[in-house]
Amino acid sequence: MTVEPLLSVTNLTVAFGNHAVIQGLSFKVNQGDGVAIIGPNGAGKTVLLKALLHLIAYRGEIRWSQATRLGYVPQKIVADRQLPLSARDFLAAKVRLLKLPSDELEQVSTELGLTTQLLDANIGILSGGQFQKVLIAFALLGRPNVLLVDEPTASLDELTEERIYELLQSLQKNRGMTILLVSHDLSVVYRNASLVLCLSKDKPCMGPPKKILTPAMLEELYSAPSLYYRHIHEHEWASPGAETTPEEKKC
Amino acid sequence: MLRVQGLLLVLALFFSLAAALVGCLALMKRMLLASDVISHLALPGIGIALLLRKSPILGGAATLFLGTFLVWRLQRKTGLATESAIGVIFATALAIGAAVIPNEDLAESLFGELGKISLVGFLLGMAAVALVIVSIALLRDQLSLSILSPDLAAATGVNVPRLDLRFLLIFSLTVLVGLRFMGALLASSLVIMPAATARQLADKLTNFVLVASAASLLSVIAGFLLNAFLFKFPTAGPTITMFSALLFGLSLLVRKRLS
Repeated sequence: MTVEPLLSVTNLTVAFGNHAVIQGLSFKVNQGDGVAIIGPNGAGKTVLLKALLHLIAYRGEIRWSQATRLGYVPQKIVADRQLPLSARDFLAAKVRLLKLPSDELEQVSTELGLTTQLLDANIGILSGGQFQKVLIAFALLGRPNVLLVDEPTASLDELTEERIYELLQSLQKNRGMTILLVSHDLSVVYRNASLVLCLSKDKPCMGPPKKILTPAMLEELYSAPSLYYRHIHEHEWASPGAETTPEEKKC
Repeated sequence: MLRVQGLLLVLALFFSLAAALVGCLALMKRMLLASDVISHLALPGIGIALLLRKSPILGGAATLFLGTFLVWRLQRKTGLATESAIGVIFATALAIGAAVIPNEDLAESLFGELGKISLVGFLLGMAAVALVIVSIALLRDQLSLSILSPDLAAATGVNVPRLDLRFLLIFSLTVLVGLRFMGALLASSLVIMPAATARQLADKLTNFVLVASAASLLSVIAGFLLNAFLFKFPTAGPTITMFSALLFGLSLLVRKRLS
């Protein structure tokens, strides 16, 4: 018996005017996968997430399995310091809007280590890492089983970045969540993702990190030698087992 | 006469609450000044109604809502920012208004009340104010989320374009009630001033709304009393506005002391 994929994307095209950002993209994601979406600037990573959330118009088919509940962590929001909103105001708005149980805000806050002091602070004065945690908490309200995360660590320091990824990883492990993550950080992708979807106009591809993150692929994708790749994988690189077959690379 | 003044005061008090709520959200959406401009969309309608000897408030309402809808459409179709779309429609409305309003009525349309209030006018005003307050209460969460991030709001199930239109209409309805006793130029002062005052003093949404409402109520009560017993201008609008400006000045001083 074949298991129905959690997400099935067939021949997806997203265009703005005459400019197609994503063209004819097809891929599948199973329950529990950790999918990293990589690609150069302008390859359509954020656009893909927005299409998956049905926030923008597209052609082709995006099919989520029936039991899917989506959570979305957008790319860094620049919180206006003038907004008289506390983190609690922000989270409570979603709880009321979706008519969630009133204790869910406290549960999620405890799980993510959001203190009362942090919850009552104005969102404009939170640090980048704190605000990112609040955004993840917002996404977790409503108990989603899929998280779509758009560059969660952009402009964060390394330590905070590490903590955010640890948090996402624990969510995937402990809750069995499926995570689709846009990231520029290939070392993080290599360590955390079970699948990599690389977006490029000519040849989008999908597969396990070891098969996809090869120097040849990265050079093709980013049109430049990827130095940090060598740093991470100099040992695997020597191994002939790391060679990738064309079939595995295909979407 | 006393009865008319009494009705006007009651309406003004409830209006001040509605204006404060709308002002809080308009401040968060960074479109406070838009309320000042939106009130001018009523001018062509007032002018045409005066020419045809019809009710100026009805004429004003017609062009105000038509203009509001056009602002929304222009924004949606062209991707213009709300303030740019309002700017374009405003300039056009002002030009038409200046051309059609008879000279002798121009000053009253800009600064004064539009005729004496009737019982029906009072009840309609109260219904409009109630609609504004209930709508803001129901939409506050959607509006807060869409202000912070339209994408996040949409991903949470909010229809953002429809919400924008609803807010613009609520906004215009508030301004319309304000026109009744403040005139086109000052109709929006109670939308702008109390919210700006409250922002100096509150960091959380609940406190922000409470302080704005209190500042708005106080401005109306003090404005009416000062005008009735001291200034004796033809309408209380200028006194209300000046008093709310005074509160804003005080809020700046308090903020400075607190920080």
